[in-house]
Amino acid sequence: MMEKMLLNIGPSHPAMHGTIQIKVELDGERIIKADVEIGYLHRGFEKTAENRTYMQIIPYTDRLNYVSPLLNNLAYAMAVEKLLGIDVPPRAKWLRMIFGEISRITDHLTCIAPIGMELGAFTVFLYMIKAREFLWNVLDATTGARLTTSYIRIGGVKADVPENFEDLLRKALEETKKAVRDVHGLLSRNPIFLKRTKDVGVVSQDDALSYGFTGPVLRSTGYYYDVRKAFPYLYYDEVDFEVPLGERGDNYDRYMVRMKEIEQSIRIIEQSLSKMEKGPVKAEDEVAEAYEAIKASQEGKYLDGKLKLNPNLEGMEREVYYKIMARVPRYILPPKEDLYRSIEGMIRHFKLIMSGHGLRPPAGEVYVPVEGGNGELGFYIVSDGTDRPYRLHLRAPVFSIMSALAEMIKGHYIADVIPTFASINMIGGELDR
Amino acid sequence: MKEGNFITTTLESLIGWARKYSIFQYPFVTACCGMEYMATAASHFDIDRFGAGLTRFTPRQADVLFVVGTISHKLAPVLRKVYEQMTEPKWVVAFGTCTITGGLYDNYAAVQGIDAIIPVDIYIPGCPPRPETVLDALMKLQEKIQREKQKWSLRK
Amino acid sequence: MVLEEVEKEFSLRRAESIDGIPTFYCHRELVLPLMERLKRDFEVLLDITAVDYLGRKEKRFELVYHLLSLSEKMRLRIKVELGEGEKIPTLSFLWKNANWLEREVYDMFGIEFQGHPDLRRILLYPEFKGHPLRKDYPLKKSQPRIKLLRPERE
Repeated sequence: MMEKMLLNIGPSHPAMHGTIQIKVELDGERIIKADVEIGYLHRGFEKTAENRTYMQIIPYTDRLNYVSPLLNNLAYAMAVEKLLGIDVPPRAKWLRMIFGEISRITDHLTCIAPIGMELGAFTVFLYMIKAREFLWNVLDATTGARLTTSYIRIGGVKADVPENFEDLLRKALEETKKAVRDVHGLLSRNPIFLKRTKDVGVVSQDDALSYGFTGPVLRSTGYYYDVRKAFPYLYYDEVDFEVPLGERGDNYDRYMVRMKEIEQSIRIIEQSLSKMEKGPVKAEDEVAEAYEAIKASQEGKYLDGKLKLNPNLEGMEREVYYKIMARVPRYILPPKEDLYRSIEGMIRHFKLIMSGHGLRPPAGEVYVPVEGGNGELGFYIVSDGTDRPYRLHLRAPVFSIMSALAEMIKGHYIADVIPTFASINMIGGELDR
Repeated sequence: MKEGNFITTTLESLIGWARKYSIFQYPFVTACCGMEYMATAASHFDIDRFGAGLTRFTPRQADVLFVVGTISHKLAPVLRKVYEQMTEPKWVVAFGTCTITGGLYDNYAAVQGIDAIIPVDIYIPGCPPRPETVLDALMKLQEKIQREKQKWSLRK
Repeated sequence: MVLEEVEKEFSLRRAESIDGIPTFYCHRELVLPLMERLKRDFEVLLDITAVDYLGRKEKRFELVYHLLSLSEKMRLRIKVELGEGEKIPTLSFLWKNANWLEREVYDMFGIEFQGHPDLRRILLYPEFKGHPLRKDYPLKKSQPRIKLLRPERE
């Protein structure tokens, strides 16, 4: 019998992306006991949310699961909409689906990239991040931000898509497919990768259910549960997609399920693109953009009456606004044209934004889940009729999964901690909130 | 260079020049900003062009500490320990709004700016900052390193 | 139907819900037998959280359990009213993730779970005093672990 050794991994460790501390007791190289310490990224989201108005919370939701921010936006917006009892227009639903699935792809890409990197395959990291960059360009063009987009709002989405959206998106999807294909070639039959992941970190189906697993990690054990299929929301029942399943619930299956889900998400996006009605195409009128006007004035010229100074951001013009936002004046901000040009619009805006007024849902409580990047992501909101939630709680899928980590790595080698930890895609913002 | 030609410079600027193109960084990545940090490090933006591509995950081998993401009070002692373990000369980059002021998280859990824990050289605003901003900050850091006066001389 | 059976057996009080999830109030002492019964049909314990109704209700806390039945494709919400200092039995022997979920509730609200194998703070640090999600904990009251170089707020 060898002497036991206590080893501390983290909180600042190259493989502990995010901050987490694992204290392991070792017998030689085998782990006999593990203690997982979380909370290094506890940012007081729930307490802060109680002190913010309903609209102010949306940027906070971006920063929960920051690899798939739009799915968090979606869950929160759907929860508040349920509380208010409003329905969103069809175009907004399709857009929510497209952007939600883009977010899911970026989530899985960002999960697989570090698995490869930490097992010594840095090329995988570069390929996956390259594909993610193309997808982020699509988000950037539509939402104005790469990562923390706050695109999905209460009642709809922020803006309609730009004109070149479809080309951009199809190019990004092609790049993603290419990256996935390349990574399949690099990893899926790679003997080193197989040795490190097959039959490592195995979770049985019973354990998975008892630990409250959902999402890809549950499906890797072969259990068929997907919120999109079991409780369809948006238009998920109108598109055709499969739910990939694993068999043994080891690291390799978790990797494989995520890889296959990327392909399914691409299918959903392609179908949504064809089913969504074509966006309103704006008439090309003879107007000068602001920068042209500035250039002209520097040259001493004056553009008479040709200047287009729209107070709106692109995609939020009045003619498209109610296609992407529910027409419920009590709860939805008016388009910017109304705000700046009419007193009614100004009053509506004022009533929704000023503290003491604001969006006031009726008293009650809701729990609304969506299929997030890591599983069932649900917001539990208790409203007392004021403009701030009385209590807001996030059902974080990764919290339940992380509670099983200590048991998953028990009995394995110390080196197996790394692929096991990487394959459950721990996201600090969601875990610690 | 043809034979017989030569360059004159001060020792100080020579050392500054050598240091600024061999930044060994320690990424202290905690939160969302890490995503943009990854994007900056990967092939699209490629910080290797600035000689800063090599990350060292031990503070004893690093010159620049990148504090990426929110620092909570629970994590504060860890950050200070990492900083103290780094050898001189060392620089600190505060990456993202959370590290500058606490950002969105003005509450009990988050440290309201990491300069309450360790001294900071460069602040990168943004929530998260775009990679272009990071590259700009990196160049500003290089300028700062170049200007730095050395604390030692050859004659003791 | 399972719910009607259980409702009678444990004299549950039905509460209205606007999201279509059946909601029941359960007495504190019946939680363990009720959950043992429900575990047969509801495989997954989704979530445990609490709400602090300081000064609004007679009993201060409300503990909220969310359960999910994968075979029946339905969710269930069980609520338990708890006064200040009242304890509640742990469910960590029924569902394994209850261990961490209860630790979180303990950390954030100070509700104690009887028989919990490892009841200590999970998100915050041991030196932290108070429970932040209680309504009487100020939002901006931070408790630094190390001496700061400057005061945090003006």
